Amino acid sequence: MKRFAKLIQQLELSNKTNDKIAALVDYFNHADDQDKIWVIALFTGKKPKRPIKSTLLKYWAIDITQTPEWLFSESYSNVGDLSETIALLLPPAENTSDFQLHKWIEDLHDLEGKDDETKKYFILNAWNQLETQERFIFNKLISGNFRIGVSNKMLVNALAKQSSLDSAQIMHSIMGKWNPYEITFHELINGTHVNTDNSWPYPFCLAYALEQEPEKLGDLSEWQAEWKWDGIRGQIVKRNGELFIWSRGEELVTDQFPELHFLIDVLPDGVVLDGEILAVQDKQVLSFSTLQQRLNRKTINKKQLDDAPIGFFVYDILEYETNDYREYPLSERRAILEQLFENLDESAVILSPLINCKNWEELAALRQTSRSINSEGIMLKKLSSHYHSGRKRGDWWKWKINPYTVDAVMIYAQKGSGRRANFFTDYTFAVRDGENLVTIAKAYSGLTDKEIKEVNSFVTRNAIEKFGPVRTVKPELVFEIAFEGIAESKRHKAGLALRFPRILRWRKDKKAAEINTLEDLRQLLESTFING
Amino acid sequence: MALIEFTKRGIYCKQGDFYVDPWWPVDYAVTTHGHSDHVRFGNKYYLCHTLTKPIIKRRISEDLNVETLNYGESIVRNGVNISFYPAGHIIGSAQVRLEYKGEVCVISGDYKTEDDGISDVFEPVKCHSFVSESTFGLPVYKWQKQEVVFNGIKSWVNDNIQQQKTSVLIAYSLGKAQRLIKNLAGDVPIYVHNSIANLNEVIIDAGVNLPETIRITPETTKDELQKGIVIVPPAMRDSRWIKNLSHPVTGICSGWMQVRAHRRWQSADAGFALSDHADWTGLMDAITATGAEKVYVTHGFTAAFSRFLNDEGIESEEVMTKFGQEDDEENKVDLADAENHHIETENKKSE
Repeated sequence: MKRFAKLIQQLELSNKTNDKIAALVDYFNHADDQDKIWVIALFTGKKPKRPIKSTLLKYWAIDITQTPEWLFSESYSNVGDLSETIALLLPPAENTSDFQLHKWIEDLHDLEGKDDETKKYFILNAWNQLETQERFIFNKLISGNFRIGVSNKMLVNALAKQSSLDSAQIMHSIMGKWNPYEITFHELINGTHVNTDNSWPYPFCLAYALEQEPEKLGDLSEWQAEWKWDGIRGQIVKRNGELFIWSRGEELVTDQFPELHFLIDVLPDGVVLDGEILAVQDKQVLSFSTLQQRLNRKTINKKQLDDAPIGFFVYDILEYETNDYREYPLSERRAILEQLFENLDESAVILSPLINCKNWEELAALRQTSRSINSEGIMLKKLSSHYHSGRKRGDWWKWKINPYTVDAVMIYAQKGSGRRANFFTDYTFAVRDGENLVTIAKAYSGLTDKEIKEVNSFVTRNAIEKFGPVRTVKPELVFEIAFEGIAESKRHKAGLALRFPRILRWRKDKKAAEINTLEDLRQLLESTFING
Repeated sequence: MALIEFTKRGIYCKQGDFYVDPWWPVDYAVTTHGHSDHVRFGNKYYLCHTLTKPIIKRRISEDLNVETLNYGESIVRNGVNISFYPAGHIIGSAQVRLEYKGEVCVISGDYKTEDDGISDVFEPVKCHSFVSESTFGLPVYKWQKQEVVFNGIKSWVNDNIQQQKTSVLIAYSLGKAQRLIKNLAGDVPIYVHNSIANLNEVIIDAGVNLPETIRITPETTKDELQKGIVIVPPAMRDSRWIKNLSHPVTGICSGWMQVRAHRRWQSADAGFALSDHADWTGLMDAITATGAEKVYVTHGFTAAFSRFLNDEGIESEEVMTKFGQEDDEENKVDLADAENHHIETENKKSE
């Protein structure tokens, strides 16, 4: 546990990728094999089952420290993390422990099904032999996520460096289905488990945003142009008579989309498709806000199925006749796809149409019409490209249309969490509605650290009212807010909601009198509504 | 009638007609210590501890009219007895005790209860009313013994020297810098930035026993610095001068470093939770020891701390002041200092 605590500390202190990889390699060189399994599991989001609710941890900490609950909450809002708040509140430990990480996890696992008194006894005893940093990690094992800026890619690179194995292979094996209680470290990184598993997806190939003139990409004839759809990127896997739907977040979402289940009878075995999960009606893509009604639901009722029918736009084929096709050029993969879909006439599964243009100008002009079909721009993929693991510059580009923007004034500010727990970083913005201001969006990104400090000091000086952690501030600072879409909303006072709002820039040159009006946004809503 | 009131100019004693740490110019300013949120330019007379006098003369102006007291000494002003007791915050920091017709009020300024090895140790003073800071007035802020923290800093420095890295500690020129010097002095030479060296001279002249340090000059080589400990003020953070050192790694010493979110917000390579302000336990111990019937809570987690005291049966009130807004680095999370200072130091230091 001490070694793991040290690793976390090192990972947190540096924001340089190389330092982090070095820390990980050092850890993998020295740590216990069973501990390593768990570190990989934790960093890739395979959480051990929670034997104890975090509220119980909170109340036990309150109980033994005799802290009033409101004071606990005040402390929590300053620290920004429950596990850490508890770790800091507890009195110093009276004992020490050399118990290893996996031992703790196993012991926690064994608490499953025990009564609360037993659990409490175990936890209090553990707290009393762990140092503050270890306690924090211990609490995280029970209640939280390890969000410490280690991407899968970074973890894989460290493992590859440490083991001298191929990184794509490691990515493959750690992304598959495996059980940390059963697998050995050797089996895991060598991927002995992945062949027996029908479900495993491939790492997604991702595109960079195109920032240069498209003409610089060379001859258009070397490129495949498609619409860029705004939905949930997904992979459909059919192997040995089983069908799996993965989202890009490496989550299995098969049950959420029954409309796609017919594929189990349609697709041959040994096929993996890459595409976009979208709300689709009569082969037309609906807005993202429609799709949203279907996301993250445990159960789906008939109304939701009717209101937001799901479809899958197929981009690519990664596996065919059980063979890995990722090293074949895109043009060949596309040909296989077209052959596969030749006889398939389904409104729910559609081959993503290609855009055929004579030249870049024509394509650029077409791109301007993206919004009319609920697309957010154009994807450019080199016809000769392989299907890469992750992001690689050069072969795939997303050429998005510019976002909508609105000038709005900040009226509320709230402190952030985590790294930003002591700064006002979450802002609520309003536009003018006659004499009043009406809130339209909340956003928390897009400013530099320096700007955040400036806004922070403005908020401190200009707070009008305090509602718990929220400050009402003088409506003075104007920001340009970018957003991807607009939809009607009964929940919001403005009657509309912006999709993916974020701060584009701080308009220091503008006064609050010059901001947009609610009417401006209503007009925009009406103009987009036609395209539903 | 209460001995003090909180006015727009600052904490005012009507009976004695003087202010304590006022933020607007007044005739007579009783001064707890030399940090600039507690002592400002423009007062006709200042009353401070003997060791604070050369500090404020150096930092504000040689022309100030300053009267001094040692700890335990007192003077009477308009019938109000004023005396000083150690606050343990920095060199010369004092709690101001006021007594008038048997009523006693203590204004503690900034304070800490742990012996830092260089300031006179905080001494609780019995009083009827007590003015307390609350910079770290949440129970998650509980310091480790400074010996433990300094051992951590020393081993960090030794690792750095071995790995050919230059250890740069960011510390406020008045207070934290001297505390580091006192407690880190040993085999590894300590190099200090001009602004710290200047203050050190003043402090040594005033009779304080401070270990030897080396003033950084344009002639100081990177190699020398790599084998030592470099202490610079917050204004130098992120400066080109630091970037040009041989593999520089920066460490911040501040109570805020207790919390991960603050550590990560600072783009430092290491954070050490070392503070010149009392932690939660220190605040509670100090307040209990005064036996005060009424506690005024100033700068920090005022609302939470004062609510807690009230719940504990100690009458308490939250008071808005302008303390904690200026350059005592720990009174704010953000350590970035004035830009012009930054440029000035950078020009001096870089070739």
